[in-house]
Amino acid sequence: MQETTGKPRLNAVARAWDSDVAWSFRHSPLAVIAAFVSILIILAAVFAPWIAPHDPFNPATLNLMDGFTAPMEPNQFTGNVYWLGTDNQGRDVFSTILYGARISLFVGFMAVLFAMVLGITLGLIAGYRGGWVDSLLMRVADVQLTFPSILLALLIFGVARGFIPPAYREAMAIWVLIVAIGLSDWVQYARVVRGATMVEKSKEYVQAARVIGAHPAKILLRHILPNVMGPVLVIATIGLALAIIAEATLSFLGVGVPSTQPSLGTLIRIGQGFLFSGEWWILLFPSITLLALALSVNLLGDWLRDALNPRLR
Amino acid sequence: MLTVYAADAGSDMLAFILRRLVQSVIVMLTVALVAFALFRFVGDPIASMVGQETTLAERAELRDALGLNDPFVVQFGKFVARASTGDFGISYRLQQPVMELILSRLPATLELALVSGVLAFVFGVGFGVYTALRRGNWLSGTIMTASLIGVSLPTFLIGVLLIWVFAVELQWLPSFGRGEVVQVGNWWRTGLLTESGRASLILPAITLGLYQMTLIMRLVRAEMLEVLRTDYIKFARARGLSNRAVHFGHALKNTLVPVITITGLQLGSIIAFSIITETVFQWPGVGALFINSVRFVDVPVMAAYLMLIALVFVVINLVVDLLYYAVDPRLRVDRANARH
Repeated sequence: MQETTGKPRLNAVARAWDSDVAWSFRHSPLAVIAAFVSILIILAAVFAPWIAPHDPFNPATLNLMDGFTAPMEPNQFTGNVYWLGTDNQGRDVFSTILYGARISLFVGFMAVLFAMVLGITLGLIAGYRGGWVDSLLMRVADVQLTFPSILLALLIFGVARGFIPPAYREAMAIWVLIVAIGLSDWVQYARVVRGATMVEKSKEYVQAARVIGAHPAKILLRHILPNVMGPVLVIATIGLALAIIAEATLSFLGVGVPSTQPSLGTLIRIGQGFLFSGEWWILLFPSITLLALALSVNLLGDWLRDALNPRLR
Repeated sequence: MLTVYAADAGSDMLAFILRRLVQSVIVMLTVALVAFALFRFVGDPIASMVGQETTLAERAELRDALGLNDPFVVQFGKFVARASTGDFGISYRLQQPVMELILSRLPATLELALVSGVLAFVFGVGFGVYTALRRGNWLSGTIMTASLIGVSLPTFLIGVLLIWVFAVELQWLPSFGRGEVVQVGNWWRTGLLTESGRASLILPAITLGLYQMTLIMRLVRAEMLEVLRTDYIKFARARGLSNRAVHFGHALKNTLVPVITITGLQLGSIIAFSIITETVFQWPGVGALFINSVRFVDVPVMAAYLMLIALVFVVINLVVDLLYYAVDPRLRVDRANARH
């Protein structure tokens, strides 16, 4: 919305610093902490190959003798010390968490992107066109909203898995998962965008654009879309937390990502198996990471909702 | 005038019920179509039935005899007809009729869902009333904070943590299975009558009910705070009624309508989350059956579960909608306005 082109760059930064949202961010310690934690985990996941002390997926770097090393204690055979211990195959738990968070975040971001694009497109069309397209889409949305989204993601995943030839099931699992989680969560975007579009389309600037003969697609994307992005951003942030939890849940149930690419949920499932033999660290650290990630993204979303809502100021 | 209005409302109600019924039927048919497509397009049913030495001619004959060459619509019609009598064929993995499998596992799921639903309702209302009446004391503060954590923890993690604390460290409760079960009647095997059965139920029921409990608690608390500010509560106090009579006879009673509706709608979520809980605790219910069918692409079980879940949700929503319509007159006007 803000026109910054053609002005000195410093000015744009200064203006962003002075904006309402930035002010509200600086004055909300919880949001600052949440942002810090999320960015830390995201950066750690992105740069995992450079940060991680070991590559947990390269068998050549693993030593089975290192298996079941407790955190911060030297291994009884090799004397190696691991911050967060190792699992049964001698994989460093810290490294598996970094790589796991990478997969969790990838699935989360892609699922949100998919849901967002789908929801925005359908919402724009429904709101702008109205008529039977609108009532059909909103009826579908109503029905879908009566099902919990995690159940839908599970059902879509199961059905989609059935349709894929067995040879490709493992390779496609991550993409099927993304589509399943995305499809279970597009309704929120569609409803918000539809409502905002209906309000915007009767305003004068849209009518002016229509009068000069602009193509409907151009009106929707260039004029209406920027004005409905605020609430979409809020839904997307909270949606990311939900998508990460959905992915973790499905992977925990053993129907999500393949075991060759363990996400945080898979790591928790693996860790649960070692609870009874006393290796608590294999379960605890991935759980804490998942929780910290989901919680901080969620808090960030809550803050953004309040910050972007002028009625709450 | 009055009779005209009543007649109008009556026909409006009828139209509303009809519209909801038609919508429900469309939903069921759509789900049935997905389930049928699974059957039709996943693998070749003939290939899984015959041996290697069967000739092509024999295969074609069998294909014809089984009606697999019929038009799509005819096959779908037959599928719906059989599905509505509960016939979903035989599980690929377990080689048993699907309906038998589901029926034998249904009691476990229903007992778990019922107990956790009751737990969620009782503790949810109790905590909600307490935190509303004793606002600001340390116990309500603790309860509110704990509920926040309960909401943000994923269900499976709650289950795993409970197992860790109460089964592994303290060793108070079993971590998996249903314990000892007793046969009641022809179909029902219950774990509620034995001590090990009840002990096994505690952790899964808490896991499943925690989210619903926090939801109900927050709702009750918000509604109570709202109601306690109203004039009729002040009036009741002015009349010299005891605190107890005001809080429970007047305030709580008026918060219960939305609470009961939400609890009703949550039944669906309880069933959804029972899939997760059953897997964590290896509870031999329908949800665990479904997860295994997804893992092994056991199409008949998947299809049956899909239809069962859809039916449960459609029925719950239909009943809640109709109850709403019957209970709240404002809604009738709103809906009528919204449609025109």
